[in-house]
Amino acid sequence: MTLNTATAVTDERLKKTSLAITLLRRPEVGAAVAAVAILVFFSVGTRAFLTPPGISTWLYSSSLYGIMAVAVAMLMIGGEFDLSAGVMTGTTGLIVGVTTTQWGVNIWLAMVLALAIALAVGAGNGYVVMKTGLPSFIVTLATFFILQGINLAVTKIITGTVQVEGLAAVPGFDVAKLIFGSSFPFFGMTVKISIVWWIVATAVATWILLRTKRGNWIFAVGGQATSSREAGVPVRKVKIGLFMTTSGAGWLVGMLQLFDVSTVQATTGVGQEFIYIICAVVGGCLLTGGYGSAVGAAIGALIYGMALQGIVFAQWDNNWLKAFLGGLLLLAVLVNLYIGKRAGARE
Amino acid sequence: MTQKSASAPPILEVRDIGKTYSSIIALSNVSTSVGVGEVLCVLGDNGAGKSTFIKILAGAHQHTEGSLLTYGVERSFSNPREALNDGIATVYQDLAVVPLMSVWRNFFLGSEITKGRGPLRRLDVKTMRATSKSELAKMGIDLRDVDQPIGTLSGGERQSVAIARAVYFGAKVVILDEPTSALGVKQAGVVLKYIAQARDRGLGVVFITHNPQHAYLVGDRFLLLKRGTSLGNFRKDEITIAEMTRLMAGGAELEELAHELERPGVPTSARDRKPQRTASGH
Repeated sequence: MTLNTATAVTDERLKKTSLAITLLRRPEVGAAVAAVAILVFFSVGTRAFLTPPGISTWLYSSSLYGIMAVAVAMLMIGGEFDLSAGVMTGTTGLIVGVTTTQWGVNIWLAMVLALAIALAVGAGNGYVVMKTGLPSFIVTLATFFILQGINLAVTKIITGTVQVEGLAAVPGFDVAKLIFGSSFPFFGMTVKISIVWWIVATAVATWILLRTKRGNWIFAVGGQATSSREAGVPVRKVKIGLFMTTSGAGWLVGMLQLFDVSTVQATTGVGQEFIYIICAVVGGCLLTGGYGSAVGAAIGALIYGMALQGIVFAQWDNNWLKAFLGGLLLLAVLVNLYIGKRAGARE
Repeated sequence: MTQKSASAPPILEVRDIGKTYSSIIALSNVSTSVGVGEVLCVLGDNGAGKSTFIKILAGAHQHTEGSLLTYGVERSFSNPREALNDGIATVYQDLAVVPLMSVWRNFFLGSEITKGRGPLRRLDVKTMRATSKSELAKMGIDLRDVDQPIGTLSGGERQSVAIARAVYFGAKVVILDEPTSALGVKQAGVVLKYIAQARDRGLGVVFITHNPQHAYLVGDRFLLLKRGTSLGNFRKDEITIAEMTRLMAGGAELEELAHELERPGVPTSARDRKPQRTASGH
């Protein structure tokens, strides 16, 4: 009798905890709270932040980081890193810029070529990581430096400078700009098309992660690669596919930047790779893999975009952004650690 | 039960099976079988050849001597998939589960049910949730929430999820690699209960362990391995737990060890007893 009562009480308590954990189990909750806080902070603190032009500005900033952060989040859920993701946005832009303006290559052909090269580099990253078992951090760090060097050296050889200009005069530019660089009015805002791409990328990534076989496999290979292999998951294919997704996203962002301003710098994207990772982590991705969300990463990018522009609107010293980013990262990692302990694995 | 399995060919049988890795003899002359609703316990100390034996049954390694039969037909598996197709599923110590993923996602990992076509092809979450819940219920595991990460389950429960999964995906024989070794007494009991449950549902179970107490509770047949050879294949009525323990631990060796560990200053009466027992044991 006494025993029964005791069991019942324990069960009830368990149920309560599991309700709280159900909420905590959503990786993006922490980031969403932070995003609202920052939105309120800058809306109250600056006059320009919550005006239509202000919103368009920070949404645009967020969108470019957001597309990459979503792809990087998928890769991180799959248990890997890609430090060459940032510089890839420069490489792809430069390929299109140089081949069209210098050699008169058809703009669409140039874009396909850039995509093919991006995917090949991604596949190469994945192949080397899977074949050697080396940490992807090191392998893609090498790719990062190789691409950074090539971007500068080759651009200099061909154009004599470190930037490519004159893309607007290339035939077909207008159509391509419509797809990658246009904007449209929306509730008084001038919405850049990259924001649409960002939303679509987040939606597609979320669908893949949560509702498809591939998505299940992504979580599995990141969570426990050996077990996944034993359960019949093609670990190598999944991971190589993720590296290709990231570099493919690099191509998309490269195009979005290129057709927005119609010039490209040889240093484009350098130093951005960590921002993508930070956005993904702020959005709830565990550095150890197997856990995270695309929506979370998108929110992480939104936080970064808002802070980036909010600091400008508030007319603070730009360098505060870095300090803010560092603080946010630390906070996010601590929150993730807590959640991981509460709802996560008990080995 | 012994009668029944004698008439129909056992699900899985090995005759004088052996395995040599270049010059090393890992296993030789092992014969045993497991039938419908039977539990075969494979006992042995570390290095006795248990893992080689499992790997042969699971199709991870090929045997080099003797023969392996399923339902009386001779087979040689060249990979684990072939063994699985013959209904032989292996639950390894790491259980092939991903701790952070939910119970139902783990249950169907690698064999997900989908619905829809083309780009709309998606996981049939509802069916998978319901199926994993009911399959686990059949094993006597009642989970309130199959959405909880499998890492939050106890070791025994995780083990039984792995067994339930193997059964659901068509296993006729489940090979369990040391399922109780990392568990406490209570959790080990949970696993033993599920082994009995699987047996009662008509499965053959190969239970690898180094714990004679656990083995004796559920086993119908006992294969004792030592240094790559069989010390015998016994039915439950042919061996006692004491005998099994003695054989496994290597009776004489243990007594020798006891002798070595003896305190130098122990009264003679205690010291006298031991040689006597050694003598009777031989």
